[in-house]
Amino acid sequence: MSTVTLVAKAKPQLFLEMESVTPDAFAGKKASDIAELPVYEGNTTLRLADFFEVRGDGGTTAADTKIVIKGDATRLKYVGMRMTAGEIEVEGSIDQYVGAWMEGGRIHVHGNTDAFTGVGMKGGEILIDGNAGNYLGAAYRGDWRGMQGGRIHVKGNAGSDIGYYMNGGTIVVEGDVDVHVGSHMDGGRIVIKGNAKSKVGGQMVTGEIFILGTLEVMMPGFIYRKDVDIEVEGVNGKFALFEGDTAERHPKKKGQTVYGRLYLKV
Amino acid sequence: MTEYLIKNGFVFDPVLKLKGEKADVAIRDGKIVETTEVKKPKVIDASGMTVMAGGVEIHAHIAGPKVNSGRIFRPEDKLFNTVPVKKNMRAQGGFSIPTTYKTGYAYAQLGYTTAMEAAMPPLFARHVHEEMRDTPILDEGAYPVFGNNWFVLEYIKNREVENTAAYIAWLLRATKGYAVKSVNPGGTEAWGWGLNCLQVNDPVPYFDVTPDEITRGLIEANEYLGLPHSLHIHGNNLGNPGNYTTTLDTLKAASGQKAKNKFGRETILHHTHVQFHSYGGDKWANFESKAREIIDYINKHKNITADVGFVTLDETTTMTADGPFEYHLSQLNHLKWVNADVELETAAGVVPYVYSPDIFVCGVQWAIGLEIALLAKDPMRVFISTDHPNAGPFTRYPRILKWLMSAKAREEQIKAFKQSDKVVNSSEIAGIDRELDLYEVAAMTRAGPAKCLGLSHLYGSLKPGVDGDVAVYDFNPEKEHTPDQIEKAFSSVKYLFKRGEKIIDNHEIVSHGNKRTLWVDVKVNENLQVMRDIQEKFMKYYTVTLGNYEVHGRHFIPNPFALEVDATR
Ligand SMILES: [Zn+2]
Repeated sequence: MSTVTLVAKAKPQLFLEMESVTPDAFAGKKASDIAELPVYEGNTTLRLADFFEVRGDGGTTAADTKIVIKGDATRLKYVGMRMTAGEIEVEGSIDQYVGAWMEGGRIHVHGNTDAFTGVGMKGGEILIDGNAGNYLGAAYRGDWRGMQGGRIHVKGNAGSDIGYYMNGGTIVVEGDVDVHVGSHMDGGRIVIKGNAKSKVGGQMVTGEIFILGTLEVMMPGFIYRKDVDIEVEGVNGKFALFEGDTAERHPKKKGQTVYGRLYLKV
Repeated sequence: MTEYLIKNGFVFDPVLKLKGEKADVAIRDGKIVETTEVKKPKVIDASGMTVMAGGVEIHAHIAGPKVNSGRIFRPEDKLFNTVPVKKNMRAQGGFSIPTTYKTGYAYAQLGYTTAMEAAMPPLFARHVHEEMRDTPILDEGAYPVFGNNWFVLEYIKNREVENTAAYIAWLLRATKGYAVKSVNPGGTEAWGWGLNCLQVNDPVPYFDVTPDEITRGLIEANEYLGLPHSLHIHGNNLGNPGNYTTTLDTLKAASGQKAKNKFGRETILHHTHVQFHSYGGDKWANFESKAREIIDYINKHKNITADVGFVTLDETTTMTADGPFEYHLSQLNHLKWVNADVELETAAGVVPYVYSPDIFVCGVQWAIGLEIALLAKDPMRVFISTDHPNAGPFTRYPRILKWLMSAKAREEQIKAFKQSDKVVNSSEIAGIDRELDLYEVAAMTRAGPAKCLGLSHLYGSLKPGVDGDVAVYDFNPEKEHTPDQIEKAFSSVKYLFKRGEKIIDNHEIVSHGNKRTLWVDVKVNENLQVMRDIQEKFMKYYTVTLGNYEVHGRHFIPNPFALEVDATR
């Protein structure tokens, strides 16, 4: 695997839109070509080289290209957008839309990510050592197609509206989450190892949400069914199974209504 | 103004009966003239290319509150397709609900120079005109909707044709409208009561008048006035299995009536997007094409025109004044829904929709549109449309031409359907080998719509005296083309002229032109009853005053073009 290292050398005045920073775009390019790729600051088009020192060439394919971002990345948006393969490693914290509409490959952020991480994600993996912002694995504004597949793992906490319109894939948050979890969710799995506040599974159609810590307020549209013994993300235990959101439509499978499932650790 | 001579192209013009003969086309002072009348023209070498009049769009939703609701509630429609400012061009965005600027540019790139907004809610006419003003290049007009309007329902119930006509004349002037549109006559008003009129004899609640009476009453009033366009109808029961019988009932309203006007229009009823109205079966599981039943009726009845509403198999945004239909659709696909009521006049709904080639019904809908066009006997009476954006965006016209002009292209699409056999068994598309030629295409996209709109003195042909609207396509009709070459050639005109001005030069937009807004100014005898009814309804019911209703002044219409009609008697 070839590694391309981007070392931040100048801080943008505004935020930089970096959708050209993907293994797909870097593959088959020399460091000098990569340096010429466009980045956008407001309505101005600039070059990657205006903000970064580029070290190393891309691999022959996206799958054997790794990108490492060193230095301050807190003003970088859309890194890894629509990537299909390869790896990205961010040594610090990064701004919004990391791995948005990602289809494959792996992103590892050592610090925190801001909102819309993995929005519309179809496949691949995002690992965040710190905290994630709002709308993690959610749908783009207006869209009804949120996270479709792949896996997002947050070691810290996450913000509000995670898994909004989620249709598939897995989100694991080891810490706590803010309000609105899995709203309109229709498929997929969200696991919260810490505590949740309220509005969990609002208008949920199908899919699964697990809360291993506490839930402050249960949505009124959820109904307790039974206690179950299960294993989730390496944790064994007894969970209270609730189904809902009963205020929402639900599909039928073999004559049985399929609900969203909310598991609360007992 | 610069004179132009477009030389040596293959010209297709149903009015001049040119079927691809090599001919020169001259433009002077914004008009087509005899080639001998230009002195020092700039010469455009069109050898090996196709030359036609500018295209005329008879039915699209491209301006106004309904379109803008779509834009506002579908930010995802602009995802990954915005185009920044370029030389001579403003920024653009949107796929099924493009920005106004993109709308103008995209039609021009397809060779279109005129377009009609198909449903203007009168109360929001100002908004419609502001958006048309901001749509460059195209001459545009808008059809105010009448089929659920309280004045019209009352006058028709009382069989007061003079009052219906006087009200139409007043509203066309107040809204700067072009034609009489009727959407789900009576059914949209019924939607205000949580109901619908699915059949032409279902009475409208409270008003106690039927869709059939509304349609006949509007045709009568339209011909009483002698308007340029006929009644333009979107019939009842749209989009439901088995609705073809309702459509036949709707079309029967035209029987025995004759066109009366000075604009050369010979037809009295235009049924729009008939694809959505040609469905058999009684549920989705046994859904089937009844295209032949509908087009046979239209073929036989020379006082009727139609546009097709081809399904393009895209993700799009449906929008219509057929409020109950949009509710029904949102219950089918569970996507977001806009529902709006427009006081005494109409209603509207907007719902995103994905026509997937993997879904059986979508495949049959695709087949029905093509069957209608391919079984049409008179291309001067059956026009190309997608009911943009309802069955797909207008930017797919080149793909529709590919399907109409190449049996092989249709075969490839049929094979690509997931439920190919079921689609073939529920339609007759696989058994049709007709391929349309460019003469027929010119009739269905230019000459035909222009005539039906009463605009053949301006558009649709290259006859000396009409506007200098000319499209030159890089397409040599004497050569063999693969399906994709057809689509490509009609996706981007090489040259385009609008009223004698060069708009597109070598595929690049070079000018925004000087677009006009077409409207119909009808003189009628003074009608005190109608004026009093208007005053009274504005006092009692409307949320705006008359002074804030009318569309007037340069702000809304910087460049008006009125077609004058004298209906005094
Ligand atoms: Zn329409």
